[in-house]
Amino acid sequence: MAKITLQNLRHSYNPEPKGEEDYALKRMSLDWADGGAYALLGPSGCGKTTLLNLISGLLIPTEGQILFDGRDISNTTPERRNIAQVFQFPVIYDTMTVYDNLAFPLRNRGMGEAEVDKRVREIAEMLDLSRTLQNRASGLTADGKQKISLGRGLVRSDVNVIMFDEPLTVIDPHLKWQLRSKLKELHQRIRRTMIYVTHDQTEALTFADQVVVMNNGEVVQTGTPIDLFERPMHTFVGHFIGSPGMNVMPCEVKGGQATFAGHSVQTVNARNYKGKGQKLEIGVRPEFVSFAKTGIPVDIVKVADAGRYRIVETRAANSSIKLLVPDGDHIPVGKTHLAFDATRTQIYENGWMVGVRP
Amino acid sequence: MSSKTVNQNAWWLVLPVFIMVAFNALIPLMTVVNYSVQESFGNNEFFWSGTIWFEQLLEDDQFRSSLLRQISFTSIVLFIQVPLGLGIALCMPRKGPWVSVCLVLMALPLLVPWNVVGSMWNIMALPDIGLLGKGLNALGIPFNYTRQPISAWFTVVLMDVWHWTSLVVLLCYAGLVSIPDAYYQAAKVDGAKPWAVFRFIQLPKLKHVLTIAILLRFMDSFMIYTEVIVLTGGGPGSATKFLSIDLVQKALGGFDLGPAAAMSIVYFLIILLTSWLFYTLMMRNEAQ
Repeated sequence: MAKITLQNLRHSYNPEPKGEEDYALKRMSLDWADGGAYALLGPSGCGKTTLLNLISGLLIPTEGQILFDGRDISNTTPERRNIAQVFQFPVIYDTMTVYDNLAFPLRNRGMGEAEVDKRVREIAEMLDLSRTLQNRASGLTADGKQKISLGRGLVRSDVNVIMFDEPLTVIDPHLKWQLRSKLKELHQRIRRTMIYVTHDQTEALTFADQVVVMNNGEVVQTGTPIDLFERPMHTFVGHFIGSPGMNVMPCEVKGGQATFAGHSVQTVNARNYKGKGQKLEIGVRPEFVSFAKTGIPVDIVKVADAGRYRIVETRAANSSIKLLVPDGDHIPVGKTHLAFDATRTQIYENGWMVGVRP
Repeated sequence: MSSKTVNQNAWWLVLPVFIMVAFNALIPLMTVVNYSVQESFGNNEFFWSGTIWFEQLLEDDQFRSSLLRQISFTSIVLFIQVPLGLGIALCMPRKGPWVSVCLVLMALPLLVPWNVVGSMWNIMALPDIGLLGKGLNALGIPFNYTRQPISAWFTVVLMDVWHWTSLVVLLCYAGLVSIPDAYYQAAKVDGAKPWAVFRFIQLPKLKHVLTIAILLRFMDSFMIYTEVIVLTGGGPGSATKFLSIDLVQKALGGFDLGPAAAMSIVYFLIILLTSWLFYTLMMRNEAQ
């Protein structure tokens, strides 16, 4: 168990990186508390697996330090770091029984058989593997195999961190939900630091206390699921999290007042804008848009039924604005007006929320 | 009533394949079977002789000793080539410019025609002018493969190892590179030592290619003919007279069609049965 600190970490797969574009992982610093559940969320190729492999020691960082409880472990082997990792595809030792698979990491470290037996049975109990302990591991289903991978991580009581690299990719949808709840339950039970890498927002938001959203090799935002939803620091987070994603429309800001399509819009942060005249956008989630008597004039384009609510797509000055309307509420036809919740409407400059970055 | 018409004309489409298989397998095999139960005194006249050739064969000392030689030879080359091939494959680089260099070097012996392999080693092992023969003698080791059975066996085995280990290497290498990285990463995380990685990851994952490699090497070495006939001609005496050489001498040298046919069938059945038995045993656990 450990607190994990990343200091000015940077990594390139190119042995002699020249420019910023050669870095798969841009410079970043992060602090993760001991016993927390964290998720790294981002699209494929955003560098989240690179970051994971740096922490586990399968890669050595080009620059910067990784500290476990204040100790610099940047250049040590995975074995020395004492971590556990569960991979995208279940890794099991085919010729061994489930029992021997779980015992393997302990036996490799020279633990006595009596102790091994105690630990293995305890973990098997936790993961509902007790009945299949003596079976050959290769005969199990994908979720059973993934449980073994997970079990090999949990079986050592002293691991600093357990990492999951998209562990549910090959699991059937109905079992995904079960395994996810199992993971959450395990975390609450053993309170070990866990890092979960995924591109699936549902997995990240349900598993983690803190979600780190990454894009193009850099961290765009770190926060609780609610932070990410209510205050996206970057339009990317707005798009990536939520379904449908945040509405982003071009706007102008003058004297601390934002205007969109000729109408002034109340926002949280327009007065923080210092006025350098770069790309300005207004961002508001469909959940915080509603029909109004007066406000921004729009044309209704499409209404889609999504079960308990409907997604209404409207158009104003070449921008599409979506809003959610609860099932049963009246939806006007043709032209109407929209109002934005002023406390949930933000101004973004070059993608970043105004007032967050200089 | 069913309106489906039954049309058997499609059988004609199978005919070309049937004719090909008949001419290159069924007819020759049945000819041999025919010979094995008949006696002929020329003039294309044949007489039924029952199982007499088979009975004779099983009592035949010459057959027994060439069979024993054959089994010893195949066992020796398998015991050398499989571990050696696996070892070389493990040492070969997995990425970088050396991969293609190693692969080409490994493939070279497989591309040399078999009688050329025999001639090469024949000349190389000559005690008076050959590099190997002269070198060994210069070191004080008496070596003469045309006179000493030990030297002849040594040369034949060495030649086969040179010629065929590459096949095992290439098969094992293909198996090794197809193991996903995650296995090695998981092993690192689990703290596995190199021996454990070999024993619990590489070896199990290579099971299939190793089975194929052993089968191929078993069948080929059990049927070895060309290289040995060029190198030693089965000698000195009959020290390296393997089954195939014995068979050719019987069939063509003595023109004993009946006994030779009986021997061919027994020879064929030994290879077939051993291969089947080995494959079945290796794959037994797969079904579970």
